[in-house]
Amino acid sequence: MARVSSNPLPALLYKLFVFGFGTLCLAFLVAPIALALATSFTGGQTLKFPPEGFSLRWYEALLDPVRSSTEHIAAFNSLKIAALAVLGALLFAVPAAIGASRVGRRTANSVEPLLLSPLVLPSLVYGLAALIVANLIGIRPSLWLTVAGHIVVFGPLMYRAVAVVAQGLDPSLEEASTLMGASWLTTLRRVTLPLLLPGILAGAFLVFIQSLDNVSISLFLADPSTTVLPLRMFALIEEGLDVRVAAMSGILIVVVLIGLLIGRRALGKSQTS
Amino acid sequence: MRASGFPFLVPMLALSVAFFALPLALLFAYSFAGETGPSLENYARFLGDPFNFRVLLNTARLGFETVLSTTLLGIPIALLFWHSGQRTRQVIIFLTLIPMLTSNVVRTFAWIVILGRQGPISETLMALGLTGAPISLMFTEFGLILAMTQIDLPLIILPLVAILSRLPRNLTEAAEVSGAGPWRVMVTVLLPLMVPALLAGWILVYASTSASFVTQAVIGGARNVYVPQLIYREVGTLFDWPLASAIAVVLLFTTGILLLALSMLSRHRRLVGHG
Repeated sequence: MARVSSNPLPALLYKLFVFGFGTLCLAFLVAPIALALATSFTGGQTLKFPPEGFSLRWYEALLDPVRSSTEHIAAFNSLKIAALAVLGALLFAVPAAIGASRVGRRTANSVEPLLLSPLVLPSLVYGLAALIVANLIGIRPSLWLTVAGHIVVFGPLMYRAVAVVAQGLDPSLEEASTLMGASWLTTLRRVTLPLLLPGILAGAFLVFIQSLDNVSISLFLADPSTTVLPLRMFALIEEGLDVRVAAMSGILIVVVLIGLLIGRRALGKSQTS
Repeated sequence: MRASGFPFLVPMLALSVAFFALPLALLFAYSFAGETGPSLENYARFLGDPFNFRVLLNTARLGFETVLSTTLLGIPIALLFWHSGQRTRQVIIFLTLIPMLTSNVVRTFAWIVILGRQGPISETLMALGLTGAPISLMFTEFGLILAMTQIDLPLIILPLVAILSRLPRNLTEAAEVSGAGPWRVMVTVLLPLMVPALLAGWILVYASTSASFVTQAVIGGARNVYVPQLIYREVGTLFDWPLASAIAVVLLFTTGILLLALSMLSRHRRLVGHG
């Protein structure tokens, strides 16, 4: 496309910079994930790269109900918290996103900073603030308190994902439904929600993944006997690098990959816009 | 239709006020709690200790350095995205989302393997004969910045890609036809258009880095301490909640000033064009 200039060297260097260095940077971004996945198949006793041989022994060790019961409980707790956080986000954030698309840009812009601010606040700071309040009103750290914290902090992800779709919705579709005699509930169920589904699914995936991964809120709001997955992994890493952490990482990476492949379209849209 | 939306907003607004804004206000109030009524003693205790002050500076420096390195790696990826066809663009977005959605603990774990004595960096340096004995980059600031850069890179790529994908592909043609070389086009056309996305990315990267508790604790180790660990130590082991609140407020304040400055820049019309 570029015109042939008298000196081809700058153009060549530019190509090298963009396609060579750009690709290298992209490799730097992805390589650690591939490497963690590869390490999980090691046959050896240590975390070494390249791994020694190929084996599924660490996955076996991780799935063994006797050897890894603590990890199983932690995983179950995390799944429960994440599922409830998604449910909470659906109940609070989806209506809010629909509401925001109907109140006009100016009103929406004025409430959005409040709704979205949990996304920028360090969740460690929020965990501390929530702990102080819970303590004042006499609530002890528990799984439910953790769930409440996750809804507050990750609900905005659902809001943002759905609001983007709701913003682009053609209001005449809903009007047509109402004019045809459908009640507002039928319109919501048959017209609005199906149209918002890509945003809702993307939001649910993001809330689920973030909740599953959160350390700092659970650190303060979960009672000490309720272990969650990332905290258990954190503990295993600090105690001296059990190779089962690699297998746990492997499973989590595969979960994300599958989720991404299934929801590629919906996610791509909500992330880039 | 216009007025009917507001009731839908009420539950989430109530949730945000009751469970988010109020707790934060309380944290703020708590930070002034003294032995005999409100005072600044927590702040004095925190900022008066040279060790704490250095931790605060280290945290800010870590944030700045990560912002710088993610920018240096993010721009080439954005340019690669700009010059690629539709399919490659999708692949780049996909490759950016994989690490972003992968658990932070997993990403940190990956860096333990990479930076460790038996990791690829050490092995490569040994094979090249640059070092005789295995070396570890764990517990160094350099290793931490390397890890933070990879972990936060998607946060700067996604805004860049979002802006670039909205620009028409023949955008640079005029400049090219009038004889501008590719470097000149990059500096005079593409980079200025990236500024708003860069500002957005910097905010996200700085906020994320300065609060990334797990990565800092594991890869920074006991020698490189950052503000989040101080907060956790005060809450979890020393049970000094007023002091922890004061540290949290200082962290919010220092981060907040920076973010405010950046978001004011992003509203500056001449700097970011009219996009």
